[in-house]
Amino acid sequence: MTGQPTNDPRVLTLAEGDNIVVLKSTIQAGERILLCGQEVFVPHTLGLGHKLAAEDIPAGQDIIKYGFPIGFAAADIPLGGHVHVHNLTSRYTQVEVME
Amino acid sequence: MTTMMAWPRKDGRKGIRNVVLVAYLVECAHHVCKQIARPFPDGDVQVVGFSGCFPSDYGQDMMAALCTHPNVGAVQLVSLGCENFKKTQLAEVIRASGRPVDIITIQDVGGTGPAVKAGRDWIKQTHAHIMAQPKVEMAVSELVIGTICGGSDATSGITGNPAAGVAFDMLVQEGATCIFEETGELIGCEHVMADRVADEALRPAIIASVDKAAKYYDAMGYGSFSNGNATGGLSTIEEKSLGAYAKSGQSKIAGILRPAQTAPAGGLYLLDVVPDGPPKYGYPNINDNAEIIELISCGAHAVIFVTGRGSVVGSAISPVLKVCANPETYDRMSGDMDVNAGRILDGGTTLQDVGAEIVEKLVALGQGQTTASEDLGHVEFVLTYKTAAPAEPGCHPN
Repeated sequence: MTGQPTNDPRVLTLAEGDNIVVLKSTIQAGERILLCGQEVFVPHTLGLGHKLAAEDIPAGQDIIKYGFPIGFAAADIPLGGHVHVHNLTSRYTQVEVME
Repeated sequence: MTTMMAWPRKDGRKGIRNVVLVAYLVECAHHVCKQIARPFPDGDVQVVGFSGCFPSDYGQDMMAALCTHPNVGAVQLVSLGCENFKKTQLAEVIRASGRPVDIITIQDVGGTGPAVKAGRDWIKQTHAHIMAQPKVEMAVSELVIGTICGGSDATSGITGNPAAGVAFDMLVQEGATCIFEETGELIGCEHVMADRVADEALRPAIIASVDKAAKYYDAMGYGSFSNGNATGGLSTIEEKSLGAYAKSGQSKIAGILRPAQTAPAGGLYLLDVVPDGPPKYGYPNINDNAEIIELISCGAHAVIFVTGRGSVVGSAISPVLKVCANPETYDRMSGDMDVNAGRILDGGTTLQDVGAEIVEKLVALGQGQTTASEDLGHVEFVLTYKTAAPAEPGCHPN
């Protein structure tokens, strides 16, 4: 939303103060994309709606989306790292992934 | 805004549909109802009912609210004969509302064959009668609109839900009644929500309703977070909640409603679907359709359904307008969708424009237009046991 020219056009910043960006379309495994002016490597294919860290996020810090916390980092997450159930923990109901 | 034409009801409300309901009062009468309705178009005659044989105040309240819904013109009640439903009481409520009503008791009329024939004969006559009633003008301020999201993914919170929120703001400004739910999906944003109350007295009730939902779902062993949500990029209940919360828009919250209660005046209302007291009959609502029916029980003329991964459902009684948040899903399932909110992601349009399109399509439902789910014959209906809601006079001022 802030229209930073330093980001890949496929990512979206939803609100000021967010420490994650959201994918608007798929990014393929192995791509190097621009995020906050830095080139980051994306090791896995990630679909629309997935989140990447917009800064280095230390373990325990809140993950901010829409300007509000959506949980906390369960591990250190580097800039460009995929933020999802493996490293983002709810402060409410535990998520159970059932395949 | 453009005028709609609708059927006037005795209580002052108006219907944008004029449906004959065929209502089973126990599951044993369900098949007879389906047979009665079979020769008629889905839009004219729809089957609803309460399956349980044990008494239920909630089932009784819900059936009374649904059978006297403004979109309903007449009701054929079908009883097996030995169930514990207060059918005479329900028939009296419907009759007092000015609607034609009839009871068929299968055991008394001689079984399936005679019951089906009696039902079809009554409906043929009654449908012609109610369709002959003149329609009157209806203003946007008289609309009651509900909203839910289902099959959510991360696009729901980026495009579809905020666009539904814009539509709600426009409708509330026109004086319409807008209802959002579901407190189990608002866990994590109760304090943000409490800051929006129209009346300070409402603040603790808002926080208590979400707190109650969190405890209830915890006791059930699960939150309202499914594997499909995670595949779509959502990671936590708070993240999903903030995305779901966006569909309520920015208006002040005028009050809290419970199932089968109508709003006292226009404005934005939170529907609290979680029963009070200890968990008793399982999940508050077992699926999206049970939620849709509760919104309709509060008088919703139509329901905005925002979906990311792609739901196909509609509902008995009121049209369900499908807003697709994900452009990839829209391309795959466009025949089931009414609004393509996902085009916001391509920069092709704005939230404001999609919100306005939603309002325009809702108003068109009162001008002879139909939704995709209506055209496809979707008339889903789910109603199960729940603890009846007490009246909460403190929660909706006016």
